[in-house]
Formats: sequence, structure tokens, C-alpha cells
Amino acid sequence: MEFAELLGHIRAALPGAVLEEHPEAFSPWILVARAQLPALALLLRDDPALDFAQLMCLSGTHLPASASESDRLASIFHLFSPRHRHKLGVKVVLDSADPACPSVAGVWPTADWHEREAYDLLGIVYEGHPDLRRILCPDDWEGHPLRKDYVTPATYNGMPLD
Amino acid sequence: MDNHELFIQGSRVPDRGPDGDLMTLNMGPQHPSTHGVLRLELLTDGEEVASIRPHIGYLHRCFEKHCEKLTPPQIVPYTDRMDYLASMNNNLGFAVACERMLGLQVPEKVEYLRVVVAELNRIASHLVAIGTCGLDLGALTPYFFCFRDREMILDFFEEICGARLLYNYIWVGGLSHDFPEGMDDKILRFCDYFEARIDNELNPLLSFNKIFIGRNAGIGVVSAEQAWAFGLSGPSLRGSGVAFDLRRDDPYSIYDRFQWKVCVGEGLVGQLGDSWDRYWVKVLEMKESLSIIRQALAARPKDGDVREAVPGRVKLPVGELYCRTETPRGELGYYIVSGGGNLPERVKVRAPAFSNLCIIDEISRGALISDVVAILGSLDIVLGEIDR
Repeated sequence: MEFAELLGHIRAALPGAVLEEHPEAFSPWILVARAQLPALALLLRDDPALDFAQLMCLSGTHLPASASESDRLASIFHLFSPRHRHKLGVKVVLDSADPACPSVAGVWPTADWHEREAYDLLGIVYEGHPDLRRILCPDDWEGHPLRKDYVTPATYNGMPLD
Repeated sequence: MDNHELFIQGSRVPDRGPDGDLMTLNMGPQHPSTHGVLRLELLTDGEEVASIRPHIGYLHRCFEKHCEKLTPPQIVPYTDRMDYLASMNNNLGFAVACERMLGLQVPEKVEYLRVVVAELNRIASHLVAIGTCGLDLGALTPYFFCFRDREMILDFFEEICGARLLYNYIWVGGLSHDFPEGMDDKILRFCDYFEARIDNELNPLLSFNKIFIGRNAGIGVVSAEQAWAFGLSGPSLRGSGVAFDLRRDDPYSIYDRFQWKVCVGEGLVGQLGDSWDRYWVKVLEMKESLSIIRQALAARPKDGDVREAVPGRVKLPVGELYCRTETPRGELGYYIVSGGGNLPERVKVRAPAFSNLCIIDEISRGALISDVVAILGSLDIVLGEIDR
């Protein structure tokens, strides 16, 4: 399906879930409401017309503050359907003071480690994740290094880092 | 085969304690079969594995953090260091992603040379995977033979770009060096030499070795549905019988111009999707790579400057892109967000081995501790790209 068709199908099945559409992007994506993500994930995977069996990639990003808005975090899911050969990016934008995002690890098991990585590096809290803990940094690391306002600590357990 | 089934069944008697208590066994981070610094926390019931908790991150070098401070041409050498067994393929993935954002068309000659080095690197990487897969199970000789042949490919790379492992060869818009005089003939001679080695040396010695089959057949079985759900890609996905290869199914560069076959596992000696199938797919793929190399060398333009289209300054336009390419380990994805400045705002790497490893708990339950070694060998992980 083309992007417009996909969007029409999703809008018909889940009215109100899609907040924004970006067909012009290099990889077209939709912005969805946080509360609707669990229902949307199940729809994307299980609807035979959509059939997104593969979660290609799950990334977190930190969007710096702009004139109109304070800084925000985003979690983006890149999906692919091996049967229909269509792709879709699904994005959820979160307030950096309340970075809670529903987990999709129960829908696509591969999301488990990717969500742990986004939690580790950006501090996005995936609610409902079976085992949300750091994956790349040491367990006792402080802060989330990929946040734009992150300051590298001078020492780690008494060892100088510079 | 009958003897082997008996052998496998015989060794499968669980050494269960009287109360069935589980014991935690630590494997790694310093363990020869973990291919780097991976730590597996095994929960064992006698010789059987009840579950595995993998611990990664020992090689974390903050690749994505570094990218915030680097221009795209400066990032290329960093991509070398992710999957250090297939640096050419890492370079290629990043170059393709940037060129898509820039809308840059690279010269024909560059496209063909890229395919040649990427496929040579695929063979070199598979040779390590195949050699160590046997080595972990006690087959020492094939490992040396694999490394002998891989060394020839590394010699070619050294002659082409000066480096044996970390090349910084495929740049955004071009290549760092042209092929030297006579390189095509050397590579073609290698193709003829190596094809015979697969059939006459590797297959009788390792692939169809009774002990090797006994250790790998029916072990770590992954169904096609599981493979998709856990994000498996590359030979680990195709080992489960899924004919999906990004070179054919999501084409990039000029792969659509060549005649070749996507190799899949068929359950030849055990069950479809077992460790042996994942191994066997890599053997078959090396032959297909040889075929692609021959076609590319025959069709490649001889004249032209490989740095002709290299931009003086790479300024990615505003936008975001997820671009994936097929490395020896599977789907390498770059998610790049640019705000239009000199530096990208975010570069996230979806490393194939990262997703391939996350299934290990699922497929190792109920296996023997020694089977975990076989499963890990067949998954072909490189910790450099898992930890980044």
C-alpha cells in the first residue's frame, strides 16, 4: 500500500490516533497519540491489510527546545511488512518531564532490547516493558548520555573520565 | 545418520539434581566461544539450560554520541569500527544513507567497485563466521584454512586502500582510491581458486563432517514467524527458510543488475531453521558473492575518477531517513535526523547482530550448555556492532 492508503486505512480503523502525517519525509512517518499506541501497534501487526510483521528499528531522539515549545523526547518505530512490502514510521512525542511511552515489546519481541537502549541513552520510560534496565552503560551510570543537555561527569566511581 | 541421532539422544539425558534446583552459571565476558566480550548468565538445570540472561555493553564506545559532533565524512571511519569484520559493508550502508538524503548520484565505476569490495568483504566475514563456528566446537583445522583464504582478501584490501581491517574506503559520493593496476585479474584468479576450495575442502572437512552435523543439527531451531518477530535478519533469517535479502528485496546501489540467488535453509540434515541451516546459508552465500564479483568486474567501466562526485562539504538537508542495507550479518539500518546543519542531529544504528542476539534466550531453553556454544557460533555475532 502507498502511504496515503495506509493512512486512510489506519484512520478508518482507529479514528483520532494519527495526529500528524509527513508523507514528504525521506522515510514517511505519522505522529500518533501516546495513549493510542498500544491499540495502534496491535492493529498494525494483526490487520491482514497492514501486516507489519517486522519492527525494523526503534529509536529515541531528543528534540531540542524551540521558540514555541520546551524540549521533548521522541520514540520512533520503523515498520516493514514482508508480505506487502510497505514501510511506515510511527512516532510518539513525549514531554521530557514525563517521558513515559507504552512498550511494544509484547507486540514485537525485538523491541525489548531497543527499548532498553532508548531508556539507557535517552531516559524514555517504556511502561509495561518486562525488564526495563540499562543495556549499554553500566548499571550504576547516572544520567542519559544522548540527551542534548547531558553533561559528561568528571568521574565515574572515583575514576577520572577526561 | 542413525549413529548420530543415537549420539545426540544419548547425551541429552538431563543431569538433574534430586530437588531439581536451578544453578546460575556464568559464561563470559572472557570466554573463547563468546566472540568478544559478551557475558551470558545461564540458569541451568543440570546440563540443561533453563534460561539465559545476556549482558552486553562491554564494548560500548559511544558511537551515537560521537556522531553528534562529527560531519558525515568524519563519521565514516567510525562506522568501520562497529562491525570490524565487515567494515566495507558498514561504510557502504552509511554512504548510501547520506547519498539518498543528498540526492547524490555516484559515478557508474564507483558503484561497481563498491559492489566488488562489499562482496569480497562478505566472503571474508563469512569465512571468520564459518571458521569460528567450527572452532568453538573443536574443529581447529578448517579455521586455519578459512583464515588463510580470508588473508588473501585482506591483502587485496591492503593493496586497494592501505588498510587491512578498518578501511575508510567508501566515502559519501565516491571512494578513497581507485583499484590499482592488475587488481581485477588478481580478484578473478582468487574467485576461481576459492570456489574450488569451498567444494573440495570446506564442505567435506566441516559442513558435512559427522561430528559437526551432530553438534548443529536440530539445535537452536527458529521458525520463520519467530525470526521476523525477533527482528532476525541476514543468514539468521534465511536459515529459517525465509527468502529475504535486502540486496534483492529493498535494492540499493546496483544490486538489481546482477543475476544471483537468495540462499535459504532447507533443513537438509536436521530441522529447518537450526544452527546447521544458519551455517549452511553462509557457505552458499559465498558462492553467490563470487558470482556477483565476477559479473561486476566484467561489466565495470575502466575509466573515470572515483572521487569525481565526492562533495567538498556534506551538508545533509533537513529531514529524517531510515536506510537499510544487507551486511554479512543482516539488516544494517541507519536512522539519520538532520536539522540542515553541518552535523547530524541524531544517528542511530540498527545493528544486525544486536537483534540477532536477542533471540538467544528464546531458542536456548531446554538445550544443553554445550549447545549454547553451537547456537552462539551459528548466530555469528560481532560485539563491536552490538555495543557500538
